[in-house]
Amino acid sequence: RGFFSRQELGSPEEKPQFPGASAEFVDHLEFIQPNVLAGIPVYRVMDRQGHVLRPSEDPQLPKEQVLKLYKTMTLLNTMDRILYESQRQGRISFYMTNYGEEGTHVGSAAALEPSDLVFGQYREAGVLLYRGYPLELFMAQCYGNANDPGKGRQMPVHYGCRERHFVTISSPLATQIPQAVGAAYAIKRADASRAVVCYFGEGAASEGDAHAGFNFAATLECPIVFFCRNNGYAISTPTAEQYRGDGIAARGPGYGLLSIRVDGNDVFAVFNATREARRRAVAENQPFLIEAMTYSNPQESAPNSPTSLPQTRPPSAPPKSWEFRAFRIGHHSTSDDSSAYRSVDEVNYWDKQDHPISRLRHYLDNRGWWDEQQEKSWRKSSRKMVLEAFEQAEKEPKPPPHLLFSDVYLEMPPRLQRQREELERHLETYGEHYPLQHFQK
Amino acid sequence: TSQVTVRDALNQALDEELERDERVFLLGEEVAQYDGAYKISRGLWKKYGDKRVIDTPISEMGFAGIAVGAAMVWLRPVCEFMTFNFSMQAIDQVINSAAKTCYMSAGSIGVPIVFRGPNGASAGVAAQHSQCFAAWYGHCPGLKVVSPWSAEDAKGLLKASIRDDNPVVMLENELLYGVPFEMSEQAQSKEFLIPIGKAKIERQGTHVTLVSHSRPVGHCIEAATVLAKEGVECEVINLRTIRPMDIETVEASVVKTNHLVTVEGGWPQFGVGAEICARIMEGPAFNYLDAPAVRVTGADVPMPYAKILEDNCIPQVKDIVFAVKKALNI
Repeated sequence: RGFFSRQELGSPEEKPQFPGASAEFVDHLEFIQPNVLAGIPVYRVMDRQGHVLRPSEDPQLPKEQVLKLYKTMTLLNTMDRILYESQRQGRISFYMTNYGEEGTHVGSAAALEPSDLVFGQYREAGVLLYRGYPLELFMAQCYGNANDPGKGRQMPVHYGCRERHFVTISSPLATQIPQAVGAAYAIKRADASRAVVCYFGEGAASEGDAHAGFNFAATLECPIVFFCRNNGYAISTPTAEQYRGDGIAARGPGYGLLSIRVDGNDVFAVFNATREARRRAVAENQPFLIEAMTYSNPQESAPNSPTSLPQTRPPSAPPKSWEFRAFRIGHHSTSDDSSAYRSVDEVNYWDKQDHPISRLRHYLDNRGWWDEQQEKSWRKSSRKMVLEAFEQAEKEPKPPPHLLFSDVYLEMPPRLQRQREELERHLETYGEHYPLQHFQK
Repeated sequence: TSQVTVRDALNQALDEELERDERVFLLGEEVAQYDGAYKISRGLWKKYGDKRVIDTPISEMGFAGIAVGAAMVWLRPVCEFMTFNFSMQAIDQVINSAAKTCYMSAGSIGVPIVFRGPNGASAGVAAQHSQCFAAWYGHCPGLKVVSPWSAEDAKGLLKASIRDDNPVVMLENELLYGVPFEMSEQAQSKEFLIPIGKAKIERQGTHVTLVSHSRPVGHCIEAATVLAKEGVECEVINLRTIRPMDIETVEASVVKTNHLVTVEGGWPQFGVGAEICARIMEGPAFNYLDAPAVRVTGADVPMPYAKILEDNCIPQVKDIVFAVKKALNI
């Protein structure tokens, strides 16, 4: 009995029997239109004035937690401004700010369990900050000083923290995506209550690794949440040149992923989506895709109050009251000057209208949980904390030279041991010719 | 002892390591239901199931990345490339992720992974399926690279690689899979390991040192037999490991024989032989050389398809004999 005997030929109930897809037959020629004009809608909880639109969607987080969200976002912003400046002044070699992403980092981090494994790309410092990583260690990594758990091995912002389940940042784009899937697979086998969250930008989602990662996550049935930060630009490449489909969220269903698009400037929308995605990913062993829309605003402006760093540009006119709209939301990195490819109008709209920090501030105000007095006091104390950590980090010595040879393999091979000993002997004899005073012994 | 093919030796090694440690698992294209593209994993999926032997979609960068991520957490993946030629699609994951992560994470993330598969020339598979990657992977600190020849090598090195906590690249050879070798009872035991980083002297000799890895080792032994009839006794060294290279064994041999010939299937420029020659120059054995070292390598062209051309693009016994005579000036 063959294929043709399964159904009567020409019967109206004839169904396709292809192993590769299950669907109906259709008898008129029609191409599926990629829908970019009316694409996947953007989920939000608050309007731009911080009012919750639909009360049932308010996650109703306790005051302390919302204050923690706010303080983490603002502290991140402060740290960014100071470290960005320090790079422009040649004090550190490189920096990447998180401007405009504060909501995506903190909203998602708050929705995770502390032991959920995080694979970031390089613009997720807020996740680590939310998990309690001290300013001292952020600075230590950027300065590559002797306190850096990374032993000064990497460029700035390549943080990693085993204790806080934040995998060390790796430069090549999107390579973390299939790795996160593999880790989720391993975690599924070991522990049914843990999730993996994998962050990447909309540009990195063009990489082949991303395609493979999404595909495998579905076929291997992994407890993973893919979190795409779509900020409209990949260095100078606008999304119109990065893709022609409806963003990243629209790709999800193609791979078998449950997908959603959220307003990345709305910390509660990010929180809700991440929390639910995480819960179901673990309960159902299936991957989820969240695309958080934000904006990366490069406009230069000075901070609202003076810092003790020498200013490299004159301060602009102080913004109205406490609004954070004027904070520089950044260039791709310190190696970029985006004024070359952004129009000023584009930048001003976002700057004045929308920012994750402003929105949350409105929410806090609406509830009477924060005021101008606390704002002033917090600004002062957070800035002081950052500056103190920064000044201290600058004073610390660099890691000892012999660390050059360790960790190439888990155990040091004889050849490297010999070379290390050779260096030690050399320094014993000729040490005075080297700036050893800057290095830890 | 008994005759065991390289394929069966590899299969034994995988079976034993899967049984011994539940963290070990095998992934790659066709490794499960098809028993492996070259049948190396025959019977393993049936025995260990979906969790331990995984068929992956066709994406080397995908499954290599998955394997690296799994290794970073707690598993010990054996990641099979259908041929190392295809590993180029995944090479960022192998080098930038697997090899460098321990260093770049300052020792906090280890990657106990084995990448394995056939390497080098096969028969009639032309340019994109015949490249030797010993030099490419051997170049990178953070990786260990092994290249077995005999069944014993294959088994002992694969087991040692799986048990090693560092990322290891194991370069097999498709033409060797079906070749039977003598395997001692000891070699067939479950605890038989070959240390990574130690070469083996396959044949003692006094007139010239032949250094090789993988399939050409067999050609060297044949060449040695031919040359013995003319009174030339070759010492044949099977490197077994490309990185870390056991140059000390080579040096000791050159000190004895005063002549060096390297033999490899890969291309000459920046190859394994080039590295051996450089290191001999840098070490004590240089003063014992009575003649410049001679390299026998694959021809410096992409591998042609036509059989007569292909045969002449890889080192043959006659090429090795010729090189020895050149080194000895006879």
